[in-house]
Amino acid sequence: MSLPLATPDTDISLWLAQQTDKSLLRFLTCGSVDDGKSTLIGRLLYDSQLILDDQLASLKKESHNRTVGEEGIDFSLLVDGLTAEREQGITIDVAYRFFSTDQRKFIVADTPGHEQYTRNMATGASNADLALVLIDARKGVLTQTRRHSFILSLIGVKHVVLVVNKIDLMGYDEATFDRIVAEYRAFAAPLGFKTLAAIPVSALRGDNILAKSDRTPWFDGTPLVPYLETIEVAEDRTLGKLRFPVQWVNRPNLDFRGFSGTVASGIVAVGDEVLIASSRKPAVVKRIVTMDGDLQRAVAGQAVTLVLDREVDISRGDMLSHAGETPEFSNQFQARVVWMSEEPAFPGRSYLLKLGTQLVPATITDLKFRTNVNTLEQTAATKVDLNEVATVTIATDKPIAFDAYASNALTGGFILVDRITNATLGAGTIEFGLRRAQNLTYQSFDVNREVRAQMKGQSPKIVWFTGLSGSGKSSIANLLEKRLTADGRHAYILDGDNVRHGLNRDLGFTEAARVENIRRVAEVAKLMADAGLIVLVSFISPFENERRLAREIAGDIDFVEVYVDTPLEVCEARDPKGLYKRARAGEIKNFTGIDSPFEPPSTPDLVLHGGEEEPVELSDKLHGWLKF
Amino acid sequence: MRRGLKPYQHTANSSAAAVWDGVYSRVTSASLTHLQSLEAESIAILREVAASFERPVMMYSIGKDSSVLLHLARKAFFPSKIPFPLLHVNTTWKFREMIAFRDAMAEKHGFDLISHTNPEGLANGINPFDHGSSRFTDIMKTQALRQALDAGRYDAAIGGARRDEEKSRAKERIFSHRNASHAWDPKNQRPELWRVFNTRLNPGESMRVFPISNWTELDVWTYIYSEGIELPTLYYAKERPVVERSGTLIMVDDERFRLEPGEAPQQEMVRFRTLGDYPLTGAIRSSAATLPEIIMEMQASRTSEREGRLIDSDSVGSMEKKKQEGYF
Ligand SMILES: Nc1nc2c(ncn2[C@@H]2O[C@H](COP(=O)(O)OP(=O)(O)OP(=O)(O)O)[C@@H](O)[C@H]2O)c(=O)[nH]1
Ligand SMILES: [Mg+2]
Repeated sequence: MSLPLATPDTDISLWLAQQTDKSLLRFLTCGSVDDGKSTLIGRLLYDSQLILDDQLASLKKESHNRTVGEEGIDFSLLVDGLTAEREQGITIDVAYRFFSTDQRKFIVADTPGHEQYTRNMATGASNADLALVLIDARKGVLTQTRRHSFILSLIGVKHVVLVVNKIDLMGYDEATFDRIVAEYRAFAAPLGFKTLAAIPVSALRGDNILAKSDRTPWFDGTPLVPYLETIEVAEDRTLGKLRFPVQWVNRPNLDFRGFSGTVASGIVAVGDEVLIASSRKPAVVKRIVTMDGDLQRAVAGQAVTLVLDREVDISRGDMLSHAGETPEFSNQFQARVVWMSEEPAFPGRSYLLKLGTQLVPATITDLKFRTNVNTLEQTAATKVDLNEVATVTIATDKPIAFDAYASNALTGGFILVDRITNATLGAGTIEFGLRRAQNLTYQSFDVNREVRAQMKGQSPKIVWFTGLSGSGKSSIANLLEKRLTADGRHAYILDGDNVRHGLNRDLGFTEAARVENIRRVAEVAKLMADAGLIVLVSFISPFENERRLAREIAGDIDFVEVYVDTPLEVCEARDPKGLYKRARAGEIKNFTGIDSPFEPPSTPDLVLHGGEEEPVELSDKLHGWLKF
Repeated sequence: MRRGLKPYQHTANSSAAAVWDGVYSRVTSASLTHLQSLEAESIAILREVAASFERPVMMYSIGKDSSVLLHLARKAFFPSKIPFPLLHVNTTWKFREMIAFRDAMAEKHGFDLISHTNPEGLANGINPFDHGSSRFTDIMKTQALRQALDAGRYDAAIGGARRDEEKSRAKERIFSHRNASHAWDPKNQRPELWRVFNTRLNPGESMRVFPISNWTELDVWTYIYSEGIELPTLYYAKERPVVERSGTLIMVDDERFRLEPGEAPQQEMVRFRTLGDYPLTGAIRSSAATLPEIIMEMQASRTSEREGRLIDSDSVGSMEKKKQEGYF
């Protein structure tokens, strides 16, 4: 039905070859509002003859009543494609535009300068190799110039061109240019850009864009386009360690099971032994399948399907690497985040974290500091507001495979998603894992307490609270549980309320029943700790013998006896459930402290004085003492 | 001062064959060519859709971009079949050849094809002649699409739009969020960093996904050329019966076409840069009958491909408005 392909005609094949040989540069424009970013991109599109006749005609009509150059065009209209943008004369969201010259192809992201839309600038920066930081020559370096530059360094854009624009409005003055460049260089020094060039430009009038302008004879650098055509930015991702995130399990029938994904870095070849991050199991690559036929090897950037030589449990989100060159596999790391939501980020809150193909619940466990975008100063903070950058620690619900962002952006960059609205709230770059990189070994492990605990990122323990009724055991335990949960830990409280009404419903308050009560609770606590939990047991447990029994049942599980020592008078005065009153009235028999003894522990691990401090302070004290 | 792409000038001693091998041999060197990177990026996006959504669907409009998309989807999931259906919104005014081509492709590649026509539109005889292009488009395209997406309860619809097509497209994310009434909120798009896509949805919401966002028209044509992708012959120049109306050449594809008094179809050597409803699609005079000729002609052209689409030229911002109403 379609026409047969003509035999490649010489001219076109050569022409195509020339096109294909062109390298690609992805860059973005950024800087403060109205500095002329969109105008500059419009100018580039126009000058590279990308604006076709029909578009030009409608553009001239639209440029009526706007700032126009000699061509009679407001170039920003070429990129500001949204109605709201054209009405307000500002850029709101990134525009991706494409142009090419004889030397190179370019994909440019024109990003908004307005602070409110900083997230869109970060979006544009995340796939760019180079940034044009624009400055209005009349205004110099502004807060937003600094913020954008800081985000560039966070995202890892290594090459920057400082475009001092609107130089026409400053009479093409050399001193103005020099002053701005000096100020910017001083600010940017700690940001670690690999290259930083500065060019005086008029986007509107076309000075120093394609060729050197006569109006800036003092400028001895390269004009913008020739500079962009020649700067070397390519980083060869094939030289990195192999990272193959499994994206989709390819299972057309029972005889074929392949793992589809894109090689994030490095090279994978048939016959390679690879290690699966989650199970630490090895396998050998048997085939590299594509619709164009099997490959012998696949390199960074290629989308392929791997078939392994054995049945192994692999699903989406798993990562394959070479043995000895494994990614980190952990549930805690330190990262820098840029916050993109009106609703601030708080430590303790749960989000969804997506890194590569992995999606897990995650919590910001600690907010180390916030970085002031103007001064790069680090200050303490309790939350991260919109457009702020902070350094945090994050705990994920289960371990994930990752690398430091500096060594691999594709396996070290993540987003945080709201669990209810599903909005993207922030983006982060991992600095380092917080437990030592686990050397993934070949050995497959047994599932035991240690492994389960490691999955939860904690060491299980039993915290046994003893003390009179009303001494504050439950309040302290509740506060501690909240705190632990906020930290991303998994804790559980066993107390009279949830045990007496169920498991121990059949037990009364005779001495034998009390012993059995404690025995059962101790056994349950042990099972829970074995499952990896931190168990908080809050029972009066008045007898030394019972408590010893509980400790014995715990065996080699970390067992902490906390004595909440609150004087009887205080407890009786509080009497939250009216039990003391009823005991005094004789309505309740065998009530500890009234007609049944309480044996204070002889060797408690910690004593909390419930009569002297508030539960909050006591729980904080305990939390600190337990060193989670 | 203006400069740009110049067609390649043949020099005496260059070896065409050697260069040719370099362009199309599959990866032998370590780094990918531009087209190979684009292909890989699109495949990754298609796989992300299959892995993240419960009921994806791929829009199939039978044009060159759809043809590329279909080819990419076959590659993405090979050796599995494409794990989602293809949806064609049929206005009943497509070129006849398009429908024949569509059915032949479904047969050949064994994909699941769903064709939907707005039943009320059909019953009311909505057509581009009596009802005007914008009303016709709204009822037979936008509303029909919404009906089909709702009926299929699709949570992700893959489309072949490119960012270089139009200014508001240049602003759109690859994973573009739609609310429960299919509307795009251009001022409130989710940040889209690296290649980490937020695919999460609340009940009723859906996603439009554009795997070839970063391709240019030239990329599409060179890819079609290098991969040998089949296209309807309408893209190639041929003698066709056309009438000229306010500067636009319209092909008289069937007897439903309403000729004005005194108007008679003329045989002209024409081709189409974009395919759609035949009464609304302008042809261009051309002698380009092979892909290389089309590519060379395109390079020399001074008008954009959308000029042939009568529905887009209404006003500035019309595409954005349509998208806010649920147009793809
Ligand atoms: N005189 C002069 N005016 C300029 C120049 N570049 C831009 N302008 C004008 O500055 C104004 C703002 O330009 P834009 O390109 O919209 O600025 P922007 O940086 O994209 O703004 P946002 O994207 O909203 O941050 C427009 O009126 C331009 O015409 C220049 O080189 N010289
Ligand atoms: Mg702008």
